[in-house]
Amino acid sequence: MTITERARKKAEKLDRLGELSAARDEERGVSLWQEAFRRLRRNPAAIVGTVVLGLFVLVSIVGPMLVPYGPTDTIGIREGLVKSGQGIIPGSSADHWLGFDHQGRDEFSRLIVGARQTLLVGVVSTLIGLAIGALIGGVAGAAAGLGGRWGRWLDTGLMRIVDMLLALPSLLLAVSIAALLGASLTTVMIAVGVVSVPVFARLLRGSMIAQSNSDYVLAATSLGVRRSKIALSHVLPNSLAPVIVQATLTLATAIIEAAALSFLGLGNPDSAVPEWGVMLADAQPYLGIRPALAIYPAVAIIITALGFTLLGEAMREALDPKLRK
Amino acid sequence: MALLDVEDLSVTFRQRGKRTVRAVDGVSFSVDAGEVVGLVGESGCGKSVTSLALMGLLPRQPGISVGGKADFDGTDLLRVDRRAMRDIRGRDVAMIFQDPLSSLNPVIPIGRQVTEVLTRHRGLSGDAARKEAADLLDRVGIPDPTRRLKEYPHQLSGGMRQRALIAIAVACQPRLLIADEPTTALDVTIQAQILELLKALVRDSGTALVMITHDLGVVAGMCDTVNVLYAGRVVETARRRPLFAEPRHPYTVGLLNSIPRLDAGRGDKLSPIPGSVRDVLPWADGCAFAPRCDRQVEACVGEPPQLVLTHTDRTYRCVNPVPAVGSAPAVAEPAVEAGPGPAAEAGPESGPVGPVAEVDPVAEEKQSSVPAPREEESA
Amino acid sequence: MTDGNVSVPSERDENSEPGGNSEPGGNSEPGGNGEHGGNGERGGNSERGGNLVEVRDLKVHFPISRGVIFDRVVGHVKAVDGVDLSIPRGKTYGLVGESGCGKSTLGRALLQLTPPTSGQVTFDGVELTTLPPNKMRSMRRRMQMIFQDPMSSLDPRQNVESILVEGLQAHGIGADRNARREIITKTLDAVGLPKWALSRYPHEFSGGQRQRIGIARALVLGPDLIVADEPVSALDVSIQAQVVNLLDELQAELGLTYLVIAHDLAVVRHISDTIGVMYLGALVEEAPGDRLYRAPLHPYTRALMSAVPVPDPEVEDRRERILLAGDLPSPANPPTGCRFHTRCPWAQPTRCADERPVLRQIGDSRVACHFAEPIASGELRPHKVTAQLTRPEDEGETPGVVSAPSEPGSFV
Repeated sequence: MTITERARKKAEKLDRLGELSAARDEERGVSLWQEAFRRLRRNPAAIVGTVVLGLFVLVSIVGPMLVPYGPTDTIGIREGLVKSGQGIIPGSSADHWLGFDHQGRDEFSRLIVGARQTLLVGVVSTLIGLAIGALIGGVAGAAAGLGGRWGRWLDTGLMRIVDMLLALPSLLLAVSIAALLGASLTTVMIAVGVVSVPVFARLLRGSMIAQSNSDYVLAATSLGVRRSKIALSHVLPNSLAPVIVQATLTLATAIIEAAALSFLGLGNPDSAVPEWGVMLADAQPYLGIRPALAIYPAVAIIITALGFTLLGEAMREALDPKLRK
Repeated sequence: MALLDVEDLSVTFRQRGKRTVRAVDGVSFSVDAGEVVGLVGESGCGKSVTSLALMGLLPRQPGISVGGKADFDGTDLLRVDRRAMRDIRGRDVAMIFQDPLSSLNPVIPIGRQVTEVLTRHRGLSGDAARKEAADLLDRVGIPDPTRRLKEYPHQLSGGMRQRALIAIAVACQPRLLIADEPTTALDVTIQAQILELLKALVRDSGTALVMITHDLGVVAGMCDTVNVLYAGRVVETARRRPLFAEPRHPYTVGLLNSIPRLDAGRGDKLSPIPGSVRDVLPWADGCAFAPRCDRQVEACVGEPPQLVLTHTDRTYRCVNPVPAVGSAPAVAEPAVEAGPGPAAEAGPESGPVGPVAEVDPVAEEKQSSVPAPREEESA
Repeated sequence: MTDGNVSVPSERDENSEPGGNSEPGGNSEPGGNGEHGGNGERGGNSERGGNLVEVRDLKVHFPISRGVIFDRVVGHVKAVDGVDLSIPRGKTYGLVGESGCGKSTLGRALLQLTPPTSGQVTFDGVELTTLPPNKMRSMRRRMQMIFQDPMSSLDPRQNVESILVEGLQAHGIGADRNARREIITKTLDAVGLPKWALSRYPHEFSGGQRQRIGIARALVLGPDLIVADEPVSALDVSIQAQVVNLLDELQAELGLTYLVIAHDLAVVRHISDTIGVMYLGALVEEAPGDRLYRAPLHPYTRALMSAVPVPDPEVEDRRERILLAGDLPSPANPPTGCRFHTRCPWAQPTRCADERPVLRQIGDSRVACHFAEPIASGELRPHKVTAQLTRPEDEGETPGVVSAPSEPGSFV
């Protein structure tokens, strides 16, 4: 037997060995998403973030059914406990854990019920930003990366629009949208969403252009795969990770921004439906008498935003290709 | 007395939630003054980590532990404190890295980076330092050195950058120069220039050079002594000519047989080493190379093979080494144009090898008894 | 390997007849080989002989543009500047040169992955440069590429099965999932990968195995031509040999035609029948491998040859080394006349600086040097050359397309 033949036999043996040991490990291969998820599960920041957000979501779903008092029930005034005009707003007691607000409504109940509105504002405005931004960015990115001369023109056009959006101060944008549509929760959501459009658009576009220049796109082209299919099945999926991370982080800022807009009076004028930003705004005149009224919603907003940020950062770490081995 | 004596150097990376990696697992070698010593091996053999450990450049973190001894002229490089190390680095021991662009500071002119070293270690300043810097650049073959001093790294080509880096390294006439893949990022014609430059520098200044490379061709051209590394350990050490003329460790033989040679004909089959560097046995369980080795015998598994010292200034770590030239019909001997020569009757070496040395490797197919774990499990 | 592997393409052909369910696959290739798919290819290879690929005066120039708002073209990087070559069927053409010489761009331009500026590329009698995009797309089945970096050329989110099935789907090969699976399994076998690889993802393999996946992807379509761009330079020495042997075996079994692009002269010499040496966008010498090694005619070839380290101290100590002065000049601003004259130890005051030499036949070789004969006979002696400084910054702004990005020493 020559050395080559022996070497080959040996190689086959090794392969079989590898086959055996690998088959024991796991039946199927582990995709990048699965790996990222595994890394995520081991990250303490991700666990804390997930727990916080889980509680938040749970509260916003079942909370309104469990609260002891109606959020619009001015029970404090009925019972004569609250006299805002005279500066009497009682704090926590056994019946009312967090006391009353200036209209004699149970603060705890309002905070719980308000979670749903806050979640709604955060999610909807982020989705608005993500949908529009990803659409513009995706089209621009695909056009710039794979579309040739025509594509570059389209990309330039779209990006100038995005740049104009980026140039407008977000508050000004929100105020003008509010002026157009009138102050309401919808206004707040649209305003916050539109502000995040350029972020998503630029992010996805940049990521897609970078992916378009990679070798595996060239490989797919040389296989004879259609450009539209390359864009959809290679470039887009590989560009999504940073966008997903950004969406999680944007949720946090969206909640804060929505609160800020509500605070400025651009939110729902009808304070019957509690929302943390509105509650914060309502507490302003009574800061001297009872600062806790401002602190409760503020802390709720901060904790929620922190939860999203923690999860987002953990996801960024889990999905970062540089941390892959 | 050797200039540098590395004994049982080991570097372990421990990370929470991950497997412990023994990047260097008991490396020993020595360098005499004025000698060129090669550390050869493939990726993951621990050659670069060895150089970083010697230079004290491994990050001082809880997860990274360095063991062993590196005696440099009476000082243990692994035990010396940071300040003393900074003094040694650059003055007595200098290093050349693979990527010249990232090892030069991009925002500082070349000249300042050279004079910095001269000021720090040789106390030169002002015009004297600048003049010396220009001389250095001239010595490493950078044209028009006075003007180059004011330029930034990105204005120079890859080859010129590597020359500048060498100029910085030799600025203080160090006694030991460690070059980590100094030509891997360069084209062949530029590589030839740089190798020629290094050879001339070593010849003229008497600096010892540790050449870390994956390229056996580079080693053949310039090293006096060669250490072949595999999985974090030295598996064979020999002078240059004997090593290439009659390699004894199966891994060395495998490496030599798997390199396409310029002087071989079209279609001459290469004999690759099967498997990949991932198929490693932990040294504690036997020979790390055993899973890929075609001379594997039962004795390979169980306990780590001892270093065998032959009478001819050569050591290898193998229980069933390739027989010396002339008595090895089974081994496709790498084409040695000079022929076997004096090595023909190198008989006595089979003595210390032990009883298994005579076993016909073909009959020994105990492969299945060797597990092939991917990485060493954490301790 | 057994004969079973040989049937990879023919198996696919049978299946491709009823196929075309998703897309009208490789039907009606225009020109020379007018029949469907590749039924005749196998036989054709041995019967017809001749050249599979003809490249005539190929040029690829990349514009260098500057400007903040409006891009202004300030010059061109002449990555490939007038190359003629032909690759016979079933043979291997090796292309060597240093980074920035345009060898990778030439390979991509040949496959129409980078649009050529001018010139012709004829593949099996079909002119590719003027082929409409749709026809070109179906033509791609017959010409495939192997990349340098097996990691970056595989989509990290695809498992091996979908990597391999993608090409089959794009060309409508294989009637259904099972038929495709059969083709894929056979191909995996041919490149020496186990079946369990199918459900695995690229990051779960070692470098050598990844390169095998890349080869399988190219092979699964049953191509005639494979362009391999630095197929082994990213791999460890012991793994390189495995891949080189695999490429050799596949060629012997399937009658493939290769264009192997590499900076490593030893690898190219090992695998190629004919070797072309490139310098600054043009061929300077082309000769059969042995001839090039024994009697290099062009001064650059001689220098390149003498610079390659040989793992043998006896050879290393004895041989003469021709050290070239300085670096490769910028392809954006190449020297006039012979492009090598600025570094050539044999450069003469006449002709070299002002007349660009053309490739001319000397014996078995084609060489682009005015003084090839007197140099070969020893009549002209080498002289010392002073190095000229090359500026990296005037080497164009799109280095990624000028040469393979991670090529050793590639300018960034």
